[in-house]
Amino acid sequence: MRHYKYLIIGNSAGGIGAAEAIRKTDKEGSMAIISDEEHHVYGRPLISYYLGDEIDYDKIFYRPFDFYDKKKIDAILGKKAVKVDFDRSIVTLDDAEEIEYEKLLLATGGTPFVPPIKGLDKYEHFSFITLDDSLKIRERLSRKKIETAIVLGGGLIGLKAAEALTMRGINVKVVELADRVLSPVLDEQASAIIQDVVESEGVEVITGHTFNEVVGNGGMANGVIMDTGVKIDCGLVIIAIGVRPRIDLVKDSPVKLNRGIVVNKHMETNIPNVYACGDCAEVYDFLSDNFRLTPLWPTAYVGGNIAGHNMAGNAKEYVWGTGMNAVDFFGFPVISAGYINPPEGQEMEVLTKIEPENMTYKKFLIQDNRIMGMIFVNEVDRAGVILGLMRDKVDVSSFKDDLLRIDFGAVHLPIKLREEINTAAV
Amino acid sequence: MRRVIAKEEVCIGCRLCEIWCQVQHSDTKDIIKAFKKEDKQAVPRVHVEEEGARSFGLQCRNCEEPYCVYSCISGAMYYDEETGTVQHDPEKCVGCWTCIMACHRGAILRDERGERVAAKCDMCTELEVPACVAHCPNEALILVEDDQEEETE
Repeated sequence: MRHYKYLIIGNSAGGIGAAEAIRKTDKEGSMAIISDEEHHVYGRPLISYYLGDEIDYDKIFYRPFDFYDKKKIDAILGKKAVKVDFDRSIVTLDDAEEIEYEKLLLATGGTPFVPPIKGLDKYEHFSFITLDDSLKIRERLSRKKIETAIVLGGGLIGLKAAEALTMRGINVKVVELADRVLSPVLDEQASAIIQDVVESEGVEVITGHTFNEVVGNGGMANGVIMDTGVKIDCGLVIIAIGVRPRIDLVKDSPVKLNRGIVVNKHMETNIPNVYACGDCAEVYDFLSDNFRLTPLWPTAYVGGNIAGHNMAGNAKEYVWGTGMNAVDFFGFPVISAGYINPPEGQEMEVLTKIEPENMTYKKFLIQDNRIMGMIFVNEVDRAGVILGLMRDKVDVSSFKDDLLRIDFGAVHLPIKLREEINTAAV
Repeated sequence: MRRVIAKEEVCIGCRLCEIWCQVQHSDTKDIIKAFKKEDKQAVPRVHVEEEGARSFGLQCRNCEEPYCVYSCISGAMYYDEETGTVQHDPEKCVGCWTCIMACHRGAILRDERGERVAAKCDMCTELEVPACVAHCPNEALILVEDDQEEETE
């Protein structure tokens, strides 16, 4: 039976973050990464860039091809972990191989949520979270000319899919049930600007509606029936409503689950020597001081990294993350983090600056002199300085008036913070 | 560990660091040609932050925990083990600006001359002393190397 000191299930941000942290202290300890995806590790958010022909295939890969060799990692790819025996410390693969571990990381990621819409069982449709999804859609586009595509979901994944298909010369209609796009990560004002941007590039955005049925012919979709009863013709259907923790592997196991796998700040589950990170786990959020799903690439990597340090014997806490998104639509950048509107029942001071002529918008939420949320539209430089202030719970009262300045940065911070920025090696 | 640090108490805001950084990252590395002849002028990777009489050059401080590397979705931002520095490969960059969100110092800039990519200080690893440090007239930018944190001329 194969035996590894470190066994990682998941070959994406979280798994790689852990592997790289482990190798900082333990250069030799045996390590393997299991994934049901056959591919060398790739930048998951790059699947839209590849679909849109914005990057070549070889650019999608996240680390050089000699990564596993150099890091002395056995890459067990194209095999699915189907069972974990936590008493015996053994993972079973779909080909029945049993692998023994000393430390286990569950970095299984997310799975696309596909609602029970009539016709989905009969007609072809696509999710959009894996490289295989991107490859399959590309293959579909190469086989038959597609005039119109329908994307269900106006969130980050849906809009990036819409952007990519637009780049390929396809008419895209985005159907979003909420009254605006990107509603979980942007406020009304910022959503409106982004909707303007994508519409000016030719994407049709239909908010406040959904479709109830996919119709087609011979297994191929050729339209959707909207909730209004109207049929929209299309040659391609993409379902991009959202992602849920992929936790089927540990569903009927002693691992404690809530919406995702429950971990502490050390990324440990309730089972000794078993850790979890990324989209499958409920991780610490410094802003709400609580544990919740944060299915984002940077938080998955950093959470995985902390898990790796702990697996290798370096006690570290994950306190870096909160909801944070940086994204670019048709060359138009947006960054947001934390609260986008004051949560119900909470008093927050709201600072905003909007310049319609430049399509720029900035917003900060402040509570007890502490920044609780930020939105940067089109003018995103130094956004990380604000996120740093949020994370460090810095009292901003002495420079609050400067926050909205276009050049706000390190120079406007109090002397102690400036010294830290200019000299320290944090 | 190679790192450039700034001393605001002696910075006079002359911006020579920006100029020499741009020269160093130009095609010709010639100050006249870099500013007068080259079609696509290089973007300086150091920026003088200024507020009233206060100023300092801000560039990558080569963080021990490089969150720009950890956050990068494409692998363009990476830690180069050979030089012990955080580096950026514009060929791999897709311009999502996650690194700008991750850098709490505000040291990463956007290069939007052609492909929209991040522009970050590379610490001039091919030079003994980075261009900005070498040309700072007031020793307001200092190179520190290794863990000794010793000042180098």
